[in-house]
Amino acid sequence: MNAIAPALAAASGLAAAGSAAGLVSPERLRPALVGVCTAGVGAAGLAAGGAALGGQRWSASLPDLLPLAGVHLALDALSGLFTAVSGGVIVVAAVYGIGYSRQGPAGRGVQAVLPLFAWTLVMVPAGAAVSTFLLLWELMAASSLLLVVAEHRKRAAVREAGVWYAVMTHLGLVCLLIALVLFAARAGGETFPALRAASDTLSPAVRGTVFVLALAGFGSKADMVPLHAWLPRAYPEAPSHVSALMSAAMANLGAYGLIRTAFDLLGGGPRWWGLLAVALGAVTAVYGIVQAAVATDLKCLLAYSTSENLGLVLIGIGAALLFDAGGNCALAALALVAALLHVVNHAAFKALLFGAAGSVVRATGTRDLDALGGLRPRMPVTTALFAVGALGAIALPPGNGFISEWLLLQSLIHGLAAPGVATAVMLPVAIAAIALSAGLAAAAFVKALGVGFFARPRSAAAARAHESPPTMLAGAGLSAAACVALALVPGVLADGLGRAAAAAGLRGAGPTGGAGAAGGGPIGGGELRLRLTELSGRLAPLWIAAALVAAVAAVLLLVRALARGPRRTGAPLWACGAGAPTARMEYTATSFAEPLQRVFDDVLAPEQDVDVTPVRESAYLVERVRYQHRVPDRIEHRLYQPLLRLLARAGRAGRRLADGSVHRYLGYGFTTLVAVLLALVVTR
Amino acid sequence: MNPVGTVAVVAQVVLACAGAPWLAGLMRQVRARLEGRVGAGPGQPWRDLRKLLHKQPVTATGTGPAFRAAPLVVVATAVVAAALVPLVSTRTPVSGDADLIVVVALLALGTVSLALAGLDTGTAFGGMGASREMTVAALVEPTLLMSVFALSIPADSTNLAAIVTGAVHDPARLATPTGLLAAVALVAVTLAETGRLPVDNPSTHLELTMIHEAMVLEYSGPDLALIELGAQLRLTVLLGLLASLFTPWGIATGTGAAALVLALVVVTVKVALLGALLAAAEVFLAKIRLFRVPELLAGSFLLALLAVAASYFLTGE
Repeated sequence: MNAIAPALAAASGLAAAGSAAGLVSPERLRPALVGVCTAGVGAAGLAAGGAALGGQRWSASLPDLLPLAGVHLALDALSGLFTAVSGGVIVVAAVYGIGYSRQGPAGRGVQAVLPLFAWTLVMVPAGAAVSTFLLLWELMAASSLLLVVAEHRKRAAVREAGVWYAVMTHLGLVCLLIALVLFAARAGGETFPALRAASDTLSPAVRGTVFVLALAGFGSKADMVPLHAWLPRAYPEAPSHVSALMSAAMANLGAYGLIRTAFDLLGGGPRWWGLLAVALGAVTAVYGIVQAAVATDLKCLLAYSTSENLGLVLIGIGAALLFDAGGNCALAALALVAALLHVVNHAAFKALLFGAAGSVVRATGTRDLDALGGLRPRMPVTTALFAVGALGAIALPPGNGFISEWLLLQSLIHGLAAPGVATAVMLPVAIAAIALSAGLAAAAFVKALGVGFFARPRSAAAARAHESPPTMLAGAGLSAAACVALALVPGVLADGLGRAAAAAGLRGAGPTGGAGAAGGGPIGGGELRLRLTELSGRLAPLWIAAALVAAVAAVLLLVRALARGPRRTGAPLWACGAGAPTARMEYTATSFAEPLQRVFDDVLAPEQDVDVTPVRESAYLVERVRYQHRVPDRIEHRLYQPLLRLLARAGRAGRRLADGSVHRYLGYGFTTLVAVLLALVVTR
Repeated sequence: MNPVGTVAVVAQVVLACAGAPWLAGLMRQVRARLEGRVGAGPGQPWRDLRKLLHKQPVTATGTGPAFRAAPLVVVATAVVAAALVPLVSTRTPVSGDADLIVVVALLALGTVSLALAGLDTGTAFGGMGASREMTVAALVEPTLLMSVFALSIPADSTNLAAIVTGAVHDPARLATPTGLLAAVALVAVTLAETGRLPVDNPSTHLELTMIHEAMVLEYSGPDLALIELGAQLRLTVLLGLLASLFTPWGIATGTGAAALVLALVVVTVKVALLGALLAAAEVFLAKIRLFRVPELLAGSFLLALLAVAASYFLTGE
């Protein structure tokens, strides 16, 4: 019996019930009802995706549901992976949202849209025709937009974020629309099987255009630089459980779309596709994490870290395209599996981090790291949860992020066998980008945890902080459990990931068949280790964690046995003999990041403004000094602002064309018609 | 399961732990003699550790588990790394999992936990040290992985045992431009990672310049003993790694007990020589400004990149 169809039907039913509950239930019950229904949608998505990862397939065609095109749905292992990840994140965010919404976004509209957004996250990977996919995609974008602007009455910045997000996501949609419609028109059918069948008959120019446009469209959703301008605004301003959904689930779907289009539908491409994707991924990863390292806004830091991680995923996808073009299918499958595992890992720790960050914002009312601190004694559980997430994010053992980055590095290190000088130049650069982003991620998350949670409170708001309600902790705790499981026994996912890569058209074993590998995937998961089946290399995350724990215990016992001194005592901090250190003496996030900011001065181009006001009588006596320092997003500054200014100028100039005269408007229409007819006569 | 391999792992962990303070003492002694001082003798670090263990442990008020756990984590990560690096034998029960990236990441984990402890104290010094340490650590990472990449090309694996075994059987690959460039890059990175001159001065306590010492200012007694041991152990493991990668002779590749004993002696001599060389070189070096460190690291990154490029273009594929 196929479990996918009933699970997806249950998700749809629960989403409808949740939306209805959001609209009609009384305000007191609303968050709980909506939360339970949304969690149900997530659980159903998890079940459907899990079944698909387990090897089941399902497809359905509902021709009467939509006029003209009908609805085509299908779930294979690749889409199942993304459905399962979305489902898992939804469960976490929904449980978390019950407590979070009680004192926040509990309005009718927001609560009714949340289940709908969750449902689209589950269903987008199941779209199996251009029209169905784009419809679900746009539903997802629109519902997430409504959720981003949920708190627009509280802060003016939310409105601005909403506008940026709306424009960027629809520009992305335009790219996708052109890409997929062009593809469908040339292929002579719009269902995915039809596209797949016709992909070989397309000219290289059309294929290249489709790929580049799809990269832009899906990349803008996956926070790719330079199309990331919406993310440092939208993620921080959205309610935290929505940030978690967007960052840990929605951004992944950009990666899904790219994998589906590039590998499955187009069937791979020439080498420059891979090089382009690797280059963009490397730039995204490094730029994102440099911005995160100097960010002082906790949620902004997490947003930029999302950009970094999706950049790493993009490197994996690009490397897979590159190796596939070089004919090295095993290596391509390994790179793709690494990218997919990183998607899973990133979803787990980012949902957790946004959840913990939301608890901090709820407890203190600020996202500014410079004003936080001292949360460990006040919010011990949240601090522990954030620490687990941060360990995953810094890509060091025994965190879960390390495993996928290790796989990614393995695929790149072995990739020098792929032919081409461009490849030989690009792979070391990609490895350096991954290494630099890992190092800077460590700095960024040490800053977030050490400055934001440890030491003493730097503001009265932080000193008043208190622990979050149990539902919020439970939601974040679920993702912490997922992080730990992924960190210790990633081998259980090996077969599923192998199937997902195979569904994308990359079989781990070459045409001759790699013998012995379970399921034929590029990584084996048995014996609690990860093994590369085609290459030499293995990793034993569980043993590393166990060895670390054993070593810590041994050192502790040894010191206890050898120490001869009196019992442990407390003492005040050393402050050079100046009395008890005050909170103003503590290092802040800004000061922590200052050396890195100086090192990356040319990349970040920070702005400083010193404003000295002397007293009236003498220019030498200073009355007031105002010092302002900020690190603007340079790409936004240099790329978007001039463009926006140009558009504004064009708009002002265009105003002269519309002076209200009907005759003139008729004249415009006539002139345009004649021009079009002339153009047709000339070109035909 | 070969018993000799198990013995080898235990032996190299014990040797590293017991030898690390001696190595630090030896380096100080070499430095003292070259500077015209008598020196305290190579046994002084051991006497310091014993003295610190007999003091009362003190926890600074307002600090939490991060502060308490950091000394343990630093030592534990270095011990696990010492077990993984093939110092005396390439055929041990853990050699299959002895991945170079894992070793590098384990040492970085120790750095991260110390930086968190520095921030946990909430003093200006703690924050300053943590900030500088993480800056250096972040910039070291690309060079480190690029050297790993360069070294793993001839062996087609990042497994340490595979790299070392390959080098033992084919010593010519060490003398290639790839091997030499990677060696220089890795030495520069080792200096930065272990806080030696010219990146950090381990014997200074001047507020404006210190990196590592600023982070650990609040530690005393047995905690400080662990911090010191951890730093010495990291230096020993990294020097041992350099010795194993670039002068792999003497490391047992079989399962014989005699070879193991010989390997223990050889690795002791190699690491002691490397340490003495490093100490001698340090006499002639001054600490560079913190903001010149990125230039040093960028230079070593370039060398590592050249190493990779050389291996690609010189093998003529």
